[in-house]
Amino acid sequence: MNTPSPKQNPTPRAANARTVRRLLIVVVGMFGFGFALVPLYEVFCDITGFNGRTKNEQAVVNQRSIDKSRTINVQFITRINQGMPWEFRPEVRSVRVHPGETKVVQFYAKNLTDQDMVAQAVPSVAPGQAGLYLNKTECFCFNQQPLAAGSETLMPMQFYLDPDIPKHIHTLTLSYTMYDMTAHTHPDVLASIKAEPTAE
Amino acid sequence: MSTAVGEMTNHDHHHHAPSGFTRWLFTTNHKEIGSLYLWFSFIMFLVGGSMAMVIRAELFEPGLQLVDPHFFNQMTTVHGLVMVFGAVMPAFVGLANWMIPLMIGAPDMALPRMNNWSFWILPFAFMILLGSLFMDGGGPAFGWTFYAPLSTTYSTDSTALFVFSVHIMGISSIMGAINVIVTVMNMRAPGMTYMKMPMFVWTWFVTAFLLIAVMPVLACAATMVLTDKYFGTSFFDAAGGGDPVLFQHIFWFFGHPEVYIMILPSFGIVSAIIPAFSRKKLFGYSSMVYATGAIAGLSFLVWAHHMFTTGMPVGAEIFFMYATMLISVPTGVKVFNWVATMWRGSISFETPMLFAMAFVVLFTIGGFSGLMLAITPADFQYHDSYFVVAHFHYVLVSGAVFSIMAAAYYWLPKWTGHMYDEKLGRLHFWCSLISVNVLFFPMHFVGLAGMPRRIPDYALQFADINQIVSYGAFAFGLSQLIFLWVLIKCVRGGEKAPDKPWEGAEGLEWTVPSPAPLHTFETPPEVK
Amino acid sequence: MSIRLISALIAVAPFAASAQSQLNMTQGVSEISQRVYDLHMTIFYICCVIGLIVFGIMFASMILHRKSKGHQPATFHENVKVEIIWTAIPFIILVGMAIPATKTLIAMEDTSESDVTIIVTGSQWKWHYKYFDRDVEYYSLLATPQEQINNRLQKGENYLLEVDRPLVIPTDRKVRFLVTSDDVIHSWWVPDFAIKKDANPGFINEIWTKVEQPGIYRGQCAELCGKDHGFMPIVVIAKEPEEFAAWLDEQEALALEAKAEEQRLLALSMSKDELMSLGESVYLGNCAACHQPNGEGIPGVFPSLKGTDMILNDRAAHIDIVVNGKRGTAMQAFGSQLSLRELAAVITYERNAWGNNTGDLVQAADVNEFLNR
Repeated sequence: MNTPSPKQNPTPRAANARTVRRLLIVVVGMFGFGFALVPLYEVFCDITGFNGRTKNEQAVVNQRSIDKSRTINVQFITRINQGMPWEFRPEVRSVRVHPGETKVVQFYAKNLTDQDMVAQAVPSVAPGQAGLYLNKTECFCFNQQPLAAGSETLMPMQFYLDPDIPKHIHTLTLSYTMYDMTAHTHPDVLASIKAEPTAE
Repeated sequence: MSTAVGEMTNHDHHHHAPSGFTRWLFTTNHKEIGSLYLWFSFIMFLVGGSMAMVIRAELFEPGLQLVDPHFFNQMTTVHGLVMVFGAVMPAFVGLANWMIPLMIGAPDMALPRMNNWSFWILPFAFMILLGSLFMDGGGPAFGWTFYAPLSTTYSTDSTALFVFSVHIMGISSIMGAINVIVTVMNMRAPGMTYMKMPMFVWTWFVTAFLLIAVMPVLACAATMVLTDKYFGTSFFDAAGGGDPVLFQHIFWFFGHPEVYIMILPSFGIVSAIIPAFSRKKLFGYSSMVYATGAIAGLSFLVWAHHMFTTGMPVGAEIFFMYATMLISVPTGVKVFNWVATMWRGSISFETPMLFAMAFVVLFTIGGFSGLMLAITPADFQYHDSYFVVAHFHYVLVSGAVFSIMAAAYYWLPKWTGHMYDEKLGRLHFWCSLISVNVLFFPMHFVGLAGMPRRIPDYALQFADINQIVSYGAFAFGLSQLIFLWVLIKCVRGGEKAPDKPWEGAEGLEWTVPSPAPLHTFETPPEVK
Repeated sequence: MSIRLISALIAVAPFAASAQSQLNMTQGVSEISQRVYDLHMTIFYICCVIGLIVFGIMFASMILHRKSKGHQPATFHENVKVEIIWTAIPFIILVGMAIPATKTLIAMEDTSESDVTIIVTGSQWKWHYKYFDRDVEYYSLLATPQEQINNRLQKGENYLLEVDRPLVIPTDRKVRFLVTSDDVIHSWWVPDFAIKKDANPGFINEIWTKVEQPGIYRGQCAELCGKDHGFMPIVVIAKEPEEFAAWLDEQEALALEAKAEEQRLLALSMSKDELMSLGESVYLGNCAACHQPNGEGIPGVFPSLKGTDMILNDRAAHIDIVVNGKRGTAMQAFGSQLSLRELAAVITYERNAWGNNTGDLVQAADVNEFLNR
């Protein structure tokens, strides 16, 4: 009564073990896939402009001609993450540029506390699609920004819009949210802040 | 793992047959484990149901009466988790344990010892989850979808326990799914080809593949939440280069197949019951199989329809809208096939059939509202309103839960050897049918009128309908006590059930005695 | 005529005001919201027709083909032709639905050439509005008193849907909203405009509307954002463009005046009674949601202020946390939300209420000094 039927499954143990092994590979693979979604999402965002993310790295200087026939209104928004006692604002609210034309915009920042701090500005663009055509050749958002207690600074952002920017985009909003990264910064880095003349 | 593999050859337990609690703790018998799963899920159904009662009692009138908003959020969160992972999914695993070996002519599940494990870790997962409600600061309060950063930076310390319990639930589901796949692939009786398998086995087979594909992704999401909260990573924090919307993509990549995990086995159950009581073969068996596969495949391509308001490029919105609308085609095929099965049959209306027919109608209504939700521009209005709550409760309560009840009534004679009390069964059905509609149908209206979901208090224009909904909820909750009564009565005694109590039923499970003895098909049956 | 009169009278009653929209989606007040409503109704009717046919056939067979009437079962169980037909027909219906839906969607997502830009920021649990290009910005908080929520007072007509400072927008102009968040994810939803957009921390999202009729429109946060998710309503007033322009100028002037007034008041000290009574009202409006009216908080979630070491012993830290908030928690920086007087009053209140009795008075000048240290 307890003997397995040889007809039904010649080597059930081996067959089951093989199936289980294969399924476990799937499970492990999908667990890995879940984590792989993180870099995949980055790539996906870079391609589609999903969620208004912009390439946060230095672009090459524009080689192409300026499209004088169109003017695009570029607006700047600055925000400070809650609880961070900094002042942070663009020197101009918006600029009008031709696609391909390079502009520099200064951002003013002041550390209102009596402690040295390090901050990171995180950009976001609306409409999301426009983020694909915004090329920054120089930006304070590429690096973390140290600022000594009570000091102020002007931070430049140099950009141009790709002349291929779709015709229906007339306005582009670039938002920077400033985050306090002091707690995540190495103490040696913090100690070296004072030495640098950050204020202009 | 390898020690568990092939344990099936070793089941000589009737020689030592421990009694009492240890019998259940150490059992590797698929029928006993099936019963454990089913009772566990019923207890969880009552636990999650009582949380729903708290929610509906608070929403009975505008104003805060019974609970504070923080506790209210814990109730909605834990209600969702308990119902999804504690009630519906274990009930299906329990049915799979009981019925799949009987339906394919196998002596047991392929991996009995793993089967024991996959059940017995579940109670611990839920003890942890429910226990966290009694911590300082309470249990999880960020919704069962645990969107970051509400679940990371802004959550209480019970989050660690929440993540731990979700991991255990996931492991349990994955083990259960592996067991089903191995059993179906390797343990079928001679002659039981894939295209002869009952629809319930087919739908569960597909469901099991969905489970092993997406439960690991849920584990990923939960792990990232844990490391973001406690270990300084920034998967979902913009400050460190992360993105909170990424969480939703990962979650719904799991979450959408998950809703099919909770409905495909229902399709299988209904595809068994409707032919039995129509005394006519299931219409379009092969198209049913293909439709199941199509639904499962499409379920991986539609996740972002839960996220239309997060700010997607219009191209992505259009893609996910079309893909979602497409799912209604195979789903429609299933409904048409069930109706065609009934057409010109010889229909009788015992309780399982009543629940199965109610399933077809109410699930279809849930499908219609699902189709409406797929239309992106309209979804901007429906999203996160009570319309959504109405939609998924139609699909999950009058859909999945009704099918589980239908299954219970259908197979109770086989499980217990007794006929259930038909009068009480019908009373349970009619009470449930009426109250479930009083409960969920008016939710469509408040949703359309602009009531957001997950709020403990609401504006005055929603008051009348919320009161009706709450009455429906109390009635539905009480109706389930009839079910409990029927079950206990049936287990303890009743009219002796024949081997095949239903005239039109088909399948190997009806060839064994009632109640099914602990060991069946030790000599595999010959399937022609 | 008399019917109109009666219905107008009924409309005054709080319940019936929304009676027409109580059971269905609103048609709203913009072209887009009308199109969304039409789309919703079209698909609803299509579903009804399909439902009638399918359920009709099902019920017919339940009645005609029952065993109790002695009906004998047929034996057919497949028919390829029929199955192809009922796969193809739904597909064609779906294509029919997809075309108008796609058109509407593309129109909704076209945010270009707007006339006014407003930055909408969600935080736990209030909205902040800022007019781009102008020096006008403010927080918009729930105005329903706690007594109504706790059932101690009769609930008002706009219970939970009223705010202290509504958003004001012009009619007949394309208004573009940039939606973002300070902490968790919120969602800005005004049903009458058919717009709902998630506010994601660190990222901006766009939506737009063009309102046709002046009026007051109400909405709510739609994404679970923590404890008081149900208590952060949205109220939008649409005004004629000229009226709107005048309002905006006035607000800008008022903001400047308030700043000047604040500096002038720095020299004046408030009495303890003044501080405590102003402090209590500020506390109940801004702090009690978390720290509770009795100052005891919710254990494990929101810390107690009663007998707390910081409050009793560290005045500077107390001012700091109220002004700057605490990063990574629900404790916001109130420095930008309250005036100096309000800050001083609420700090004084917290230092002297619920038996804290430090006897400390914090004046606006003290807070100002802290800010400019």
